[in-house]
Amino acid sequence: MEKQNLKAWLYLLPAFLFLGAFMIYPLIDVFVYSFEEGYNSASQTFYGVGMYNYSYVLHDPYFLQALKNTFILVIITVPVSTGLALLISAALSSIKPLRDLFQTIFFLPYVTNTLAVGLVFMILFKKTPYSDGLINLLIQFFGGSSVDFIDGPYWAKMFVLCFYTIWIVMPFKILILTSALASVNPMYYNAARVDGTSRFRMFTKITLPMISPMVFYLIITGFIGAFKAYSDAVALFGTNLNAAEMNTIVGYVYDMLYGDSGGYPSYASAAAILLFAIVLTITCINLLVSKKHVHYV
Amino acid sequence: MSDVTSDYKKQEKRTRICGNIRNGIVYFFLCLWALIVLFPFYWMVLTSVKSYGSYNAEYIPKFFTLSPTLQNYVDAFTTVSLGRYLWNTLFFTVVTTAIMLVVITLAAFAFARLNFAGKDLIFTLFLSLMMIPNELVVITNFTTITNLDLRNTFTGLILPSVTSVFYIYLLRENFAQIPDELYYAAKVDGTSDLRYLRKVMVPICKPTLITIVILKVIECWNSYVWPRLITDDPDYYLVSNGIQEIRENGFGRENIPAMMAAVVVISVPLVVLFLVFRKKVMAGVARGGTKG
Repeated sequence: MEKQNLKAWLYLLPAFLFLGAFMIYPLIDVFVYSFEEGYNSASQTFYGVGMYNYSYVLHDPYFLQALKNTFILVIITVPVSTGLALLISAALSSIKPLRDLFQTIFFLPYVTNTLAVGLVFMILFKKTPYSDGLINLLIQFFGGSSVDFIDGPYWAKMFVLCFYTIWIVMPFKILILTSALASVNPMYYNAARVDGTSRFRMFTKITLPMISPMVFYLIITGFIGAFKAYSDAVALFGTNLNAAEMNTIVGYVYDMLYGDSGGYPSYASAAAILLFAIVLTITCINLLVSKKHVHYV
Repeated sequence: MSDVTSDYKKQEKRTRICGNIRNGIVYFFLCLWALIVLFPFYWMVLTSVKSYGSYNAEYIPKFFTLSPTLQNYVDAFTTVSLGRYLWNTLFFTVVTTAIMLVVITLAAFAFARLNFAGKDLIFTLFLSLMMIPNELVVITNFTTITNLDLRNTFTGLILPSVTSVFYIYLLRENFAQIPDELYYAAKVDGTSDLRYLRKVMVPICKPTLITIVILKVIECWNSYVWPRLITDDPDYYLVSNGIQEIRENGFGRENIPAMMAAVVVISVPLVVLFLVFRKKVMAGVARGGTKG
């Protein structure tokens, strides 16, 4: 085969130009930024090189708050949404009539604008002088006392954030799991049925192992996605997340970069690299755990 | 003998009842989740047709309204520049997707079809770029675009999102499945590479391209972070920033019905797109979607 070096590079040129300018160069630059101490974005000067930015970020109460929020969000939403998606997909696979309709409905949150629909959740949960909001009226109806989920206590705000996040991420998980369930060979079930195996046992001993690669894929992407949560929080609590005590790590990065508290690309870079390190570590742990529990056919 | 038959019948009946109960539970559970999914949509449409006065007069919100009004929609387009935001988003989405299609098709063609020195190495390095999260590169991109004086321009909005490693990979895999014989036959006929790409490869891989377009359109329509960083002039806001702007200083904080009308207008295009191309969207997301 003749080589077509020049031609190939011409075809690759646009992609490489864009990737070079907006991906590879920034990737190197972000590390450079994170080690430049006292960087001034106006004069583009700095006075030293070292770990100061990292230590600043790690001692910043806003970052620690963001770290705590993000971890709580991850620990709650990933297991709950994956488990719930598993239940729903199993239920979906066991029915025939109306299945398409349910699938279509369940997918709707995927195609919605996170910021826009977040407003709907806000008014459902918010307590104003005019109205307690629908959710609070429901709580009162069942005998509880109302609470402001948007400007109220920390746990209430965290609850709404988790609820909205789960609402947003469910469609993707349901879709992946339903198609995984559909691909399990029915022969296994027939064989188990001949042996008189109970349904629950069939689920834990056949279905789960067969779809474990997909479940595991969802857990990994779920972790990564939840660690990068940001726009759902903005949708519910507005852009000033620090004041609402609801900031996330990604939110901290952007706040450091731009806006009222912005103008510190070095701190933003250090925080972004810390986030990347956390995500990488968690993903590696996930991969190690999966070696034991995932069955690839 | 009759004993056995009646035993069998009893057994059968019990199984049927059990099955019915189980089905009932399954349907109840599915309906419950469907309700949770649909309710916010219902609530936003309902609120958007309530008049400002009647909405604020309801301490206990009503689940229906007998006097729907379209006034809120008129307000949404006249009081705030919702039309502008929609147009901006449409323009941004179309241009970004169009440029991206050209860029990724050319790159995928080179990786799938052409031979060049170091191809495998470059492709591997290229794939490793997929692991890089957007959050890491956005900081420098923000500085780059600011230094180039491209803030509050469409160029600044569009440039960083016109290429995607993942889509190039997806397309390359599809291109690589096309038998080589077609290529040689075209070569014998004297067809140029570009013409072969346009007339043979692109039509064959149309399903993949449609998948990519759908995913990209959803991504563009919902993009928030980059537009927020790069625009502070409302003339260049996309819908996500627009709705945030409307919320913070639009109609006045308490005009929830008008706000909901804006939310409905923003949500409708993608929901319609989804309902029309339901199968394609779901297949596309299953192949290459993330979010979650």
